[in-house]
Amino acid sequence: MATDTIAASEAGYAAAESAPGMPQLDFATYPNQIFWLLVTLIAIYLVLSRVALPRIAGILSERQWTITNDIAAAEDLKAKAVEAEAAYNQALADARAEAQRIVAEAKTEIQADLDDAIAKADAEIAAKSAESEKAIAEIRAGALESIEAVAKDTAAEIVGLLGGQSDSAAIDKAVADRMKG
Amino acid sequence: MASEATGAEEGGLVFHPMDQFIIKPLFGGGDIAWYTPTNATLWMALSILAVVALLVLGSSKRAIVPGRSQSIAELSYGFIYKMVEDICGKDGAKYFPYIMTLFMFIVVANFLALIPMSFSPTSHFAVTAVMALAVFFAVTILGFVKNGTAFLGLFWVSSAPLALRPILAIIELISYFVRPVSHSIRLAGNIMAGHAVIKVFAGFAAIAVLSPVSVLAIVAMYGLEVLVSFIQAYVFTILTCVYLKDALHPSH
Amino acid sequence: MEGDLAHIGAGLAAIGSGAAAIGVGNVAGNFLAGALRNPSAAASQTATLFIGIAFAEALGIFAFLVALLLMFAV
Repeated sequence: MATDTIAASEAGYAAAESAPGMPQLDFATYPNQIFWLLVTLIAIYLVLSRVALPRIAGILSERQWTITNDIAAAEDLKAKAVEAEAAYNQALADARAEAQRIVAEAKTEIQADLDDAIAKADAEIAAKSAESEKAIAEIRAGALESIEAVAKDTAAEIVGLLGGQSDSAAIDKAVADRMKG
Repeated sequence: MASEATGAEEGGLVFHPMDQFIIKPLFGGGDIAWYTPTNATLWMALSILAVVALLVLGSSKRAIVPGRSQSIAELSYGFIYKMVEDICGKDGAKYFPYIMTLFMFIVVANFLALIPMSFSPTSHFAVTAVMALAVFFAVTILGFVKNGTAFLGLFWVSSAPLALRPILAIIELISYFVRPVSHSIRLAGNIMAGHAVIKVFAGFAAIAVLSPVSVLAIVAMYGLEVLVSFIQAYVFTILTCVYLKDALHPSH
Repeated sequence: MEGDLAHIGAGLAAIGSGAAAIGVGNVAGNFLAGALRNPSAAASQTATLFIGIAFAEALGIFAFLVALLLMFAV
């Protein structure tokens, strides 16, 4: 049964395609395939070696070059940025120092002015108080004198009223003693 | 297959998983001479166009910041270039265009073959064997030209005990000559197997009960085939690089 | 009857695909184990991983090829 079908199918193949069961083993087609394969391979080789591969290699190396360049440029920029930062920091530090200097200067100036003013004020105050003391002393002296005079006069009057002879010397002495006491 | 074939006779189930690989003349019938344009020719030509579109048109803008197609072109370039350089060393870089040619052809042909109703040139032993033999002869000739008779040191395993070396030399020699065979059959076999399996599942889709399962299976196999298409191209290329490294530095 | 035997042979050859699957699984699993121990070295060894997988898988593909030949070419 199987033999018949095999025979039948082989006969069918043979009738339809005039080929054996496995087309790969149909040696009649080999020269044809080999010829066209060689044509194909040579065509692909020519296309690749003349056009495609040099071009792709060029693209790749160009890209490599661009990337290297870009990296170098980036490094440059980075160095510049670092520089700029350093300059900025420097400027900042300078400004800070300047500001501190100015502050210190202003402080000393103000201090000096203040000291001056204080000294002046102190001097004025001292002068004024000395003057006042003098005036007070004068006033006090004046007052003492007038008290003495009033006391002598009063004493003399009292003595006169009492009918005695006013002994001015004794009165003076007594007043002076009382004033001291 | 026998029962399936009987099924084909009885229920109209059609299983011709290998029919997709049949080479037909594009125009009319007749014999296939060496110059006849066939469906293989068509799909090889389409793969040339795809390579041109991807690598030439894709990179035509020469943008510093790549677009989508240019990214793919650059990725494939960088991928293969790095592979060649890693495996073969700096002096292998001048063979990069040849390896790139092989890789681009295989990967593009593999992916184009995933289009339904398309034809896969890389599933044919004639195609893969030519590429594998070209690699084999190129590597062998290059090895002798670069290293002279020192290239034969590849077969003389100097790290092995002296008594074992002749035996190892025979084994190494055999494995060296098996290289083009495995190199070509791996690629063609993988592509053929995947496409045939998809076709078998497609045949099951004619049975109403099985059709959902078979459609799911086709989707799964298709996903696997996308992966396999790339991996086989990668493996073919990386093995080419390894063989090339043997020719350039046989002492390793 | 020889067609029947060829089909049986093809089925037997397909076992080779399973063997290749074991091989590929071994390669990938050991790679993963190693990569988890030393993740920093993993990235540099992916090429080796794929080469190993390719070699392991090639033999499975040979088995598949034998099956195909038995199916279609015998």
